[in-house]
Amino acid sequence: MDIKRKDLLSLSDLSVYEMDLVLQTAASFKQVSARDIKKVPTLRGKTVVNLFFEPSTRTRTSFELAAKRLSADVINFQTASSSMSKGETLLDTARTIEAMRADMIVVRHASSGAPHLLARSLKSAVINAGDGMHEHPSQGLLDLFTVWEKKGTLRGLKVLIVGDILHSRVAHSDIHGFQKYGCDLHLVGPPSMVPSGLLGTVHHRLETALPGADVVILLRLQRERQSTGFFTSLREYAKLYGLTAERLACAHKDVLVMHPGPINRGVELTSEVADGSASAILDQVSHGVAVRMAILYLLSGGTRRRDA
Amino acid sequence: MPSPTVRILIQGGRAIDPVSGRDEICDLYIEDETIRKIAPRLKIEGSYITLPAAGKIVVPGLIDLHTHMREPGFEYKETAAHTISAAAAGGFTSICVMPNTDPVNDHQAVTRLILEKARQAASVRVFPIGAITKGQKGIELSEIGELVEAGCVAISDDGRPVSNSRIMRRAMEYAKIFDIPVIDHCEDLSLAPEGVMFEGATSFTCGLIGIPAASETIMVARDIALAELTGAKLHLAHISTGGSVHLIREAKRRGVTVTAETCPHYFVLTDTCVQGFNANAKMKPPLASTADVEEIRAGLADGTLDAIATDHAPHAAHEKGLTMDSAPFGIVGLETALPLSLRLIEDGVLTWTQWVEKWTTNPARILGKPLGRLAVGDMADLTIIDPALSWTVTADTLRSTSKNSPFLGWTLKGRAVAVLIAGKRVDIGQSYLAA
Repeated sequence: MDIKRKDLLSLSDLSVYEMDLVLQTAASFKQVSARDIKKVPTLRGKTVVNLFFEPSTRTRTSFELAAKRLSADVINFQTASSSMSKGETLLDTARTIEAMRADMIVVRHASSGAPHLLARSLKSAVINAGDGMHEHPSQGLLDLFTVWEKKGTLRGLKVLIVGDILHSRVAHSDIHGFQKYGCDLHLVGPPSMVPSGLLGTVHHRLETALPGADVVILLRLQRERQSTGFFTSLREYAKLYGLTAERLACAHKDVLVMHPGPINRGVELTSEVADGSASAILDQVSHGVAVRMAILYLLSGGTRRRDA
Repeated sequence: MPSPTVRILIQGGRAIDPVSGRDEICDLYIEDETIRKIAPRLKIEGSYITLPAAGKIVVPGLIDLHTHMREPGFEYKETAAHTISAAAAGGFTSICVMPNTDPVNDHQAVTRLILEKARQAASVRVFPIGAITKGQKGIELSEIGELVEAGCVAISDDGRPVSNSRIMRRAMEYAKIFDIPVIDHCEDLSLAPEGVMFEGATSFTCGLIGIPAASETIMVARDIALAELTGAKLHLAHISTGGSVHLIREAKRRGVTVTAETCPHYFVLTDTCVQGFNANAKMKPPLASTADVEEIRAGLADGTLDAIATDHAPHAAHEKGLTMDSAPFGIVGLETALPLSLRLIEDGVLTWTQWVEKWTTNPARILGKPLGRLAVGDMADLTIIDPALSWTVTADTLRSTSKNSPFLGWTLKGRAVAVLIAGKRVDIGQSYLAA
């Protein structure tokens, strides 16, 4: 029982078997974070490099904590301190880091496909921590983990993804993940942000999609998209697609509300919903560390049976 | 390298010439620059070189209406000598070169430099295309008459198309004075300024910004309207979508002076080639849908699309090695165009005669050049093709300096085995005796 791949680039090419492995491994790692001494020696002597070409606090911290709890050595490269500004290509930067014998490179980049470019030419394992508008596989896996843990199953659940599906790497990973687990997927948002041709039933009104929903995943709205006409105004967006307690009442009584963060209170959802009993937003954050521990562990050649 | 003799007998090949209506197994005798005799089993006195051509196809030399020669300015992508050498290897006897060099070919000094580079290579004919506007900036017209005087055969702002309709109208009016075509790269730059690939299911799942098919059709419609307004000769470059084919078909029916070309990748590949973030599948216009490929093929079959062109666009490995959004648009095509287009014959889309029309007869007509013919007294520009020769496209089998081809690793059928320009054989990188 192990993962036979060098890299984790997307959920579109991950099998259900491999996703199972990550979720089950994450379940046992979750306990490590609950301990007083939150550390296991699993990756002692391994070097993990966080190569972030986009500002990120949440994902980078989560990967850093995950690696440290596995006793790996962690180096963080951020755009400001990288050589990219000196005209060095992405590939040259990555090769330089590889030459320092990094075992795993966690990469975040504003361009879709950047991690694929690295994975093709580097021997180190490459983990996609979000590439452009393509995928964010570790977020997709932690979303699956959160639903699986809370609901006990994934199959047959009615899952809504609401917002800017077109530009959201989280949505793209979620779509592949939930679809592979046999969920009933519904994509909600304005036509500019929810094109046809994706997997899932398309809705342009939130009200028609909500009844019976088991899971509602809200996507962060990028305010700068307003200037290119993807939405008219925050006010109108909130009016059309904002999740209120009143709207949420139409969903399944045990509905789970999720959001990859950071949340825009009053836009994607009201504070009442964000802080309410249906919200699993903070669980997602803590599950993120466990899922990323599982990813680092499995890609380093670990098997599911381990001594955590 | 030119052959030392000027007397050549091509024996037993199938000669195809749509202009004179010839399609027969025969011999062709060439002396100096000219085709002197055509007949089955010719008897020629004296000494001459024989090119046995049984099983081969003899056609007027291929003319590429759309090549990006990178000299001056971008020699690191490909020098003029290498582009010309790749063209000869691909079976071309003439190439029309786009003005997006550095400096831009918007002045006769640049035109003369390009022609001087071609003269030094002493091989394929090079026809420069001048820029419509100074610096291809779309603001001020180039001195079109001076460009024509220096040797430009057409004008185009290919790659950076003229968005302003008033400027485009004026360009068409000026082109009429010199009876040259205005070649347009049809793209509405305001619709998807950051587009990377064709808009559709693949662009959504890859997270790449899409360019909708409408980007091309909007400008095709505008250009047709302007050609109608001005009566100028309009030639539409690298047509890639079904919507454009429909507009051109309808315009031709009304008698608008419009011609159009497509490229091999638009009838062989679709947008799914981009999957896995393949920068060698990134070009403009972008690879479109399966339905578009079918429409392009139909447009070739019924004559809506007059010509096939390569849009040969070399880019260095370090440029194509960038992320998808940063990598430049374009692929090399001179050496793969012939076999890829032969698939149209195999698939029953074109007859051999139509195939020759797309590559020589019609390009010569669009340019108004006395080329693309194979009759006694005609210029001896011709290509001998072995349609059965299989070869694999690799970095080593391509003469182009840059190897940015989506067809690397493909095994293709058909290749030029000899190329004659003005009666002289040119080096195409392989032995005829072994062919």
